[in-house]
Amino acid sequence: MKLITAIIQEDKLDDVREALIAAEIGRITVTRVDGHGQQQTTEIYRGLVVVPNLIPKVEVKIAVNDAFVDTAVDTILAAARHGADGKPGDGKIFIAPLEECIRISTGERGGEGI
Amino acid sequence: MKKSKRAAIWAVFATLMCLVGTVHAADGSPEIDTGTTAWMLTSTTLVLLMVPGLAMFYGGLVRTKNVLGTMMHSFAAMAIIGVLWMVCGYSMAFGPNVLGGWCGWNPDYFMLKGIDTTILDSGIPEYVFAMFQGKFAIIAPALIAGAFAERIKFRGYCIFIVLWSLLVYNPLCHWVWASDGFLFKQGAIDFAGGTVIHISAGSAALVGALYLGARRGYPKTAMHPNNLVMTLVGAGFLWVGWFGFNAGSSVESGLKTAQALTATQIAAASGALSWMILEGLLHKKVSSLGFVSGVLAGLVSITPAAGDVLPWGALVLGAVGAVFCYYAIELKNKLGYDDTLDVFGIHGVAAIWGAIGLVFFLRPGAGSGSFWGQLWVQTEGSIISLVYSGVMTLIILIVVDKFFGLRLSEADEKAGMDHSLHSERGYGMLNLNS
Repeated sequence: MKLITAIIQEDKLDDVREALIAAEIGRITVTRVDGHGQQQTTEIYRGLVVVPNLIPKVEVKIAVNDAFVDTAVDTILAAARHGADGKPGDGKIFIAPLEECIRISTGERGGEGI
Repeated sequence: MKKSKRAAIWAVFATLMCLVGTVHAADGSPEIDTGTTAWMLTSTTLVLLMVPGLAMFYGGLVRTKNVLGTMMHSFAAMAIIGVLWMVCGYSMAFGPNVLGGWCGWNPDYFMLKGIDTTILDSGIPEYVFAMFQGKFAIIAPALIAGAFAERIKFRGYCIFIVLWSLLVYNPLCHWVWASDGFLFKQGAIDFAGGTVIHISAGSAALVGALYLGARRGYPKTAMHPNNLVMTLVGAGFLWVGWFGFNAGSSVESGLKTAQALTATQIAAASGALSWMILEGLLHKKVSSLGFVSGVLAGLVSITPAAGDVLPWGALVLGAVGAVFCYYAIELKNKLGYDDTLDVFGIHGVAAIWGAIGLVFFLRPGAGSGSFWGQLWVQTEGSIISLVYSGVMTLIILIVVDKFFGLRLSEADEKAGMDHSLHSERGYGMLNLNS
């Protein structure tokens, strides 16, 4: 089992979410986060163009069985990029081993619980 | 000693000034009625308060990513129609008939350049009347925006409301409220704008929703309101502002004003209560969104009738209006078109009910003649507003769409209006340091 953590741009959330559902990965957890990266985004504040020091992003967490890791990663890569070639700031994907997974309602563990 | 002498001179001077004023008034130009003027200034302010109220009401109902884009629809109307009304709107709506009575025109009203010292017969400066009416012109197109919510380009929307105000609102306003408008002359009762504002905006909203098509994912995907607290506060502003809207439409500070204010309060309360009871019976739970929908249904229902029905009539108009709106929204859900914030379902339906239903509750002496005659005039006015606004809206939408574009691209709609149209975010505090 793996825990996939994808940090993506906010405006790509719907794209990523819908693509994951289309790839039959429907169990995700989404959080608003802020961070530093390569991206230098600008915002407009009362007509002044400003560069924020922390940039808001969305974090998508997905626990998957090993067989689904590649599907999940490919799906996120395709959906979270801006333009065909991607841009700095499109985000990152982290994959970590997942020791245990327990479904609260039934108590199922491991691959069954995912 | 010296001081008192100076005071005496001032007193004589002041008396002379008063005499001059009286003489002037005797010339035929009406005198300012300070009581009426004070109330009309207050009403003007109250009606303007409804626009930010509407922005909050609508803003809270959309998804987080569209909150600013949606609120900007109402605020943009304050700027765009605020200027347009001063330039030519007031002239088109309240000038004498031109173009066969399609609209009015008075060169003195153009840029409001000729009314600097005009006092109306009702005892208020014409500026007050022009500004009061201007607030109505602002809120009508802002209402329509609820049907376009979450999927319209800002530029397309701005151009749409300019054309809609010029080609739909100003002529309708002229027909119903100007002293030589053809519906006014037939004796149509539209006390505070049921036909002019709510039916026309509702009809335009229905056409707009059908023309633009549904939002992506509607109705399959759940689209939750981002902030119902803000919606409730906005509804509160609307209820309070509506006293200016309805009671101010008496253009006096007297009996009629009190009658209109009382009817407004009763209908708002009975509309909300009726919706609460309906939801309680049907769903065993009363929702806050249902409550405010009932408030609006009641307020819209009483708008055409406010000054002309008795309190028990207001009670029935509000309560039944809420039931009609409830089932109109049910019907919309069955039909599946995406009138996002139910502009037709609330404003259109309640205003048609109010405009026609008022005939049953008229206070003795109100209305122009027989029951059937009045019923026909009311129905005719509603149909004219519904059809004229619907047809003109469709033409305007097609033209704006062709030259400027209306519907957001799929990518922009997914990203949300705040990001794609305004490069801003509504709720910065949800993030740590942005």
